Amino acid sequence: MSKKIKSITNPKLHLEILTPQEVKKIHDATLWIIEKVGVRFPSKRALEIWAANGAQVDAEKMVVRAKAELIEKALKTCPPVYQLAARDPQQDLPLDGNHVFVGTDGCGVEVLDIHSGKRRVSCLQDVRDISLIADATEEVGFHWVPVSAQDMPPETRGLHEIKAIWENSTKHVQTESIYNEQEARAAVEMAGLLVGGKDKLRHRPVLSLMQCSASPLGHDGGSLDAALVAGEYGIPTGFMSMAANLTTGPATLAGNLAVGNAEVIAGTALIQLAFPGAPVFYAAAQTASDLRTGAYTGGGPEDFLYGAATNVLSDFYDIPLSMGSFATGAKEPNWQAGIENSLSTFMACIVMSDMLLGVGFLHGSRIWSFAEMMMDCELFSIIHKTMQGIIVDDETLALDAIAAVGPGGNFLSQKHTLKHMRDLFLPQFMDRRPYNEWETKKDDARDWALAKALKTLETHQPDPLDEKIKLEMSKIISSLESK
Amino acid sequence: MTDELFQKMSQSILDGDSDAAIALAKQAIDSGIDPLEAISKGFVVGVNQVGESFACGQAFLPELVMAGEAMKAAVATLEPEMQKRGTSRQVYGKVVLATVEGDIHEIGKTLVGTMLSASGFQVYDLGVDVPTAKIIEKVKEVDADLVGLSALLTTTMVKQKEVIDELDKLGLRKKVKVMVGGAPVTKDWVQKIEADGYSEDAIGAVGLAKRLVGVV
Ligand code: B12
Repeated sequence: MSKKIKSITNPKLHLEILTPQEVKKIHDATLWIIEKVGVRFPSKRALEIWAANGAQVDAEKMVVRAKAELIEKALKTCPPVYQLAARDPQQDLPLDGNHVFVGTDGCGVEVLDIHSGKRRVSCLQDVRDISLIADATEEVGFHWVPVSAQDMPPETRGLHEIKAIWENSTKHVQTESIYNEQEARAAVEMAGLLVGGKDKLRHRPVLSLMQCSASPLGHDGGSLDAALVAGEYGIPTGFMSMAANLTTGPATLAGNLAVGNAEVIAGTALIQLAFPGAPVFYAAAQTASDLRTGAYTGGGPEDFLYGAATNVLSDFYDIPLSMGSFATGAKEPNWQAGIENSLSTFMACIVMSDMLLGVGFLHGSRIWSFAEMMMDCELFSIIHKTMQGIIVDDETLALDAIAAVGPGGNFLSQKHTLKHMRDLFLPQFMDRRPYNEWETKKDDARDWALAKALKTLETHQPDPLDEKIKLEMSKIISSLESK
Repeated sequence: MTDELFQKMSQSILDGDSDAAIALAKQAIDSGIDPLEAISKGFVVGVNQVGESFACGQAFLPELVMAGEAMKAAVATLEPEMQKRGTSRQVYGKVVLATVEGDIHEIGKTLVGTMLSASGFQVYDLGVDVPTAKIIEKVKEVDADLVGLSALLTTTMVKQKEVIDELDKLGLRKKVKVMVGGAPVTKDWVQKIEADGYSEDAIGAVGLAKRLVGVV
């Protein structure tokens, strides 16, 4: 099986979604918010770091107000470029602003069973199956813990999950399901086993930790403590804002961007103040709440605009971005899923967001579907192709072939055609058959995508994880369980 | 004259204007109007209207929330006068509402609270990340009829069970109905922890609560 990972690089398409003046205005608004309104940091360790650096700390409300100079100084130490390491070094991912990688989505609560198609509660075996399929799928560059292993004890669940991924894949693991200090420290120990000690993680971070901010203008204590552990060991970490128009953010897009930016930037500054130079990324999955129900929509024009605008902000701060795209609100792979996932992912790609999360979910990041996973991968391939744009040079203008064919005739037998036909996109799941063939079978993309996932599950053999390492990992996990 | 005042009260709710609602409530007290009448003939009329236009898709969530807040402000202003007269507003039931310990997801829980109070329940919203002991304490303190528990994480939904078990231990389980909700909550889970019901949205939560206290 190929170890290749598909990524978008050297794109020809561009989009200016915000002018430099507009970005500056959002940045100034952000600094104003952090200084005047403040951001909540409900963690003792975080508040101590802020106080030691001269920020104004309201200990009772756990709100921090920091001057613009402090924030701007702190942000200066963020490394602009670094790598997400993989168990297999061939699969390391450079976060250098010139690559877009896709991950599986994360933390789902239910699964459409790959065999029966029935919806059920997610378990550890699902984590194994999904990571194995992702390991074999070139569009997937890295893993999020795709669904929750609800058959494992809550206090060590996040650890069982990352172990299951490492056992089934050599690609980088990013988790969003470790959000307290104890689990984070154990995860660092486990990751250390893969690179010959946790002090080596700084150079080969085979694990990264994503944390959510708590919109509006807050953070979660456990998440902060976990992120600080990551910072301590030089493991990439980032804060994701989900500020949503109407509920956790203002109804206007610019205001909502400023709220999200204040959360992310304040969190990022904290990590830099504690551990200057620690690898950090910007993360966001902003959206609009539904006007009627308040539901987190995860789709729609607002989402698409955020998808593109956020990378302009992270570029302004010169740190990599992890952007929430895909994750349709649709209940099954359908018209809505196609629209939402295409446009959100296209908009995030055209500005070259470094990491995209992620493939595989339905119902607003809640239900895992293997068919959706494979179709999302194809969707990324389509965008990957589109982003290459149109190359205009002597070779591609094909004047020799045009002259040889002349008026009339066709290009099928031209050498030039033979040479370039593979440049054209060949879909796996699009229905281009004659009508009558479809009429007799009535199958479609969903069936083919599911079949591909099943076949991969049955045939793919990932590079095994060393038995000794597995054992050590199990020991670390059970030491927390016996307590 | 009084009719005009009632009309204004209803309008203040429609406008979601808490300041106006408070001023009108004060005016009612000053002119000796029975607070219960101010509520039923004035403010509640507005709440019902917003509820109706929301139900048929004409009003949006922020309008509903602001109407709910104006209503709350009006009732709070009338409260002392009701106490003086030894009357109290009839509520469908008292609900203690919280997002469970370890969980900070707030929006869904808050919307459920808003809808419940707009529909005539007395809601005690304890906020997010609330330890079981605190929930139980509040249940006892206010002599609650219902407990609403929100959990959006698979790691925290076990706390819903913890609260139910605790109520059971204290012998309160028969008297206090428990409803649950949040992203990972399913029918199976509700059965497993022997909760009294769940809902996937706030409108459903109101129907459920009414069923549980026996009003519908
Ligand atoms: C917005 C959001 C957040 C925001 C919350 C902001 C806020 N101030 O509330 C933030 C960014 C803070 C956040 C944080 C995290 N989140 Co979050 N979040 C979501 C998201 C996208 C939407 C939730 C929401 O607000 N929905 C809108 C409201 C209106 O809907 P609702 O909450 O479902 O409530 C309705 C019903 O459920 C019901 N209901 C709710 N409560 C109750 C109670 C009763 C009694 C009744 C009857 C009904 C009822 O009625 C409500 C109204 O309609 C969900 C995914 C999803 N689609 O649900 C993930 C999700 C819940 N989060 C998730 C995760 C993992 C996290 C984090 C752990 C991530 C991290 N590593 O930091 C942290 C949690 C930290 C913590 N300790 O709690 C996962 C959980 C999955 C799991 N396996 O456990 C989800 C499913 C997404 C995912 N797949 O990753 N999150």
